[in-house]
This record gives sequence, structure tokens and C-alpha cells, in this order.
Amino acid sequence: MTRKTRITNSIRALRFSHGELTQADLAERVGVTRQTIIAIEQGKYSPSLEMAFQIARVFGVPLEAVFQYPDTDDTPSAGPTTNR
Amino acid sequence: MTMQERNAWQFGIIAILSYGVYLALVLTAAQQVPLHEVDYVPAMLWTIGGAIAVGILVGIVNGAVRPQRGPQVDERDRQIEVFGERVGQAFVVIGALGALVLTMLEADHFWIANALYLGFVLSAVLSSLARIGAYREGFEL
Repeated sequence: MTRKTRITNSIRALRFSHGELTQADLAERVGVTRQTIIAIEQGKYSPSLEMAFQIARVFGVPLEAVFQYPDTDDTPSAGPTTNR
Repeated sequence: MTMQERNAWQFGIIAILSYGVYLALVLTAAQQVPLHEVDYVPAMLWTIGGAIAVGILVGIVNGAVRPQRGPQVDERDRQIEVFGERVGQAFVVIGALGALVLTMLEADHFWIANALYLGFVLSAVLSSLARIGAYREGFEL
């Protein structure tokens, strides 16, 4: 019933490389709740394509720089798990 | 915790408490008469009505208290809502099927009504649990 997404992401690293953007700041700019940003960072939620593009746009990078999908059928893995 | 996750907790707790009160009233009355002869209708109506009233009140309070900036509900909340409703719906159907079987067996109205009520309560509680689990562990539609 519950699962972790196979999509990994670099949101946490991108937040720190973009002026230590907080999860709340990113959430506000994307128009979602902070908890949704946390869930995405922890690999517990796969955002819609539209939200993914919005996140990439905030950082000014291509989608692939934010989200990655593994080529193999390895065990699902999550992105960084530490919250701010 | 988002407003919607808090709603899920509140919804589940209200459902459990109201059904607990109903059971206490019916089982207390059953000490005087056989269980299927208990006048369950007033207890059922009052606890269902009370749960609805408390739910509305809590919803109003939640709407008035907005702890965080930005949107209170987003696409993840809406997807989790759908996920929870899907889980809860199954128990409404199970309760209805149980009531249907009891009707065919010409069971007392007491058992038919209680099968339906239990189905509603299980639907509400498991829907809430599914939503809470989805918020905490992730989910798959």
C-alpha cells in the first residue's frame, strides 16, 4: 500500500547551492505545502510533471538536474532524508 | 503536519469516539433486555448526529486556524484524499453486503442497522488510517 518512489532527487543539494533556500521558501515558490517538499525530498512522494517542472524552474536548472530515475530495477531508493 | 493530515486524525478519532459512545449506550441497555431488543435507534441517531456536528465544528476551527503560510492544500493532499476514500469505500460496500445478507436471512432490524453502522465506522476509521499512513510513509494510487 505504501512505498517509496524510485525517483530520486537533488532538491536538498540544490536548495543549499541556491542561497540555503529553506523548504518553506521552496514550498511557497512552488505553491505547495512544506510537508510536500519534505515528502519529495525523502522520496515518499513523486510530484506531478507540472510540479517537477515548477521546482526545476525555481532552481533555474533542467528537470534532469533535479529528478533522476534509475536505469536498472534495483531496490527503490530515496533522496536525502534530512529535513530543515 | 498539514491541515489535511490533522483532519485525517480528527476524522478518525471522532468516528471511534462516537461509535464507542454508541456501543456503551447499547451495551449498558443490554444489561436489562436481550441485545437485539435494545432500543438502539435513539443512540444511533444521536451518536451519528453528534459525530457530524463535532466534525463540522472541528472543520470550522481548522479553517479559522491557519498555522503555516502558503497553500493549506496541494496536489499531494488531494491525491491522498482520493487514496483514503478508495480504502474507505471498500468498507461501505462490505457493510452494505453484510446488511443485504442479513436482510435475506430475515435478521432483526437491530443487526441490519448495526452492520451498516459498523461498515460506516470502519470506512471512516480505515480511510483516516490510510490517509495518515500515506502522509507518513508515502502511497500509491
